Amino acid sequence: MHSFGHRANAVATFAVTILAAMCFAASFSDNFNSPSPTASVKILNINWFQKESNGNDEVSMTLNISADLSSLFTWNTKQVFVFVAAEYETPQNALNQVSLWDGIIPSKEHAKFLIHTTNKYRFIDQGSNFKGKDFNLTMHWHIMPKTGKMFADKIVMTGYRLPEQYR
Amino acid sequence: MLVQIVSLGMIVTSALIIWKGLIVVTGSESPVVVVLTGSMEPGFKRGDILFLHMSKDPIRTGEIVGREIPIVHRVIKVHEHQESAEVDILTKGDNNLEDDRFLYAHGQLWLQQHHIMGRAVGFLQYVGWVTIFKVCLFFLNTPIDLEIKQWLPFIVHSDRCTGLTGHI
Repeated sequence: MHSFGHRANAVATFAVTILAAMCFAASFSDNFNSPSPTASVKILNINWFQKESNGNDEVSMTLNISADLSSLFTWNTKQVFVFVAAEYETPQNALNQVSLWDGIIPSKEHAKFLIHTTNKYRFIDQGSNFKGKDFNLTMHWHIMPKTGKMFADKIVMTGYRLPEQYR
Repeated sequence: MLVQIVSLGMIVTSALIIWKGLIVVTGSESPVVVVLTGSMEPGFKRGDILFLHMSKDPIRTGEIVGREIPIVHRVIKVHEHQESAEVDILTKGDNNLEDDRFLYAHGQLWLQQHHIMGRAVGFLQYVGWVTIFKVCLFFLNTPIDLEIKQWLPFIVHSDRCTGLTGHI
């Protein structure tokens, strides 16, 4: 009953249990954080707007993405994954969500930013519905913890519109 | 000797009960997965474990989802059809330059909801290594080794206990 193997097993099991409880407590402490993030996205330019040979519309844009996400960080935050997605409706699809840009914020110091960029991922429709299309730009973020539960939320910005004509 | 076999049997069957219970509670066929590659770094590293949970809610961008081959990547595009409410999904590992189309079946451009096993809702660092080592050391080179792998499907791709295969 007191062989090396039994003792090692008892110690290991106890250690793992304590560590798991600590991880759980660390994750639970994240619930007490009440964040107040801000964000805004400006479309500076429509670079081009065409129908592809497969019949799908595609548009390329230059964006100014700015946000202050520093209130999302807690001591248990490893990084915040942030992305901006365009959301719109078409006659065939009740909802389309296309991620245009994403980034990783590794620490609170980097959480207030202004990015000037073209869309990192191609903004392509399933079909040819982009002319004059109204759409939302939503900034989503995922708070990836050092341990435990991941939180996700978003800010929806409405009022964007694609041009009436290809260019 | 008989005592050892019986206690071994009890350990294994309680692991199985916990495993099956987790499947029911989370609604996912593979509720715990071990991260095998660095394609989601720096968020998830090799050897971390992820907890997956599946619900009937439609998949949306940003969610981190796992498939039958446990590749857990982020959804970057969603197209939901009007009539059928079927969803077309495109995924990409955070640390990869390209989206996952090179991993899908030949000619397949999109995943559907039924391909998804669950959304990642939480994770623990390093625990994956512990699990793999514990099972391997106990059962190395015994005929039980293969059977355990069958019952503990979250230990995937570990042909050899000294390393992990899998280049996804």
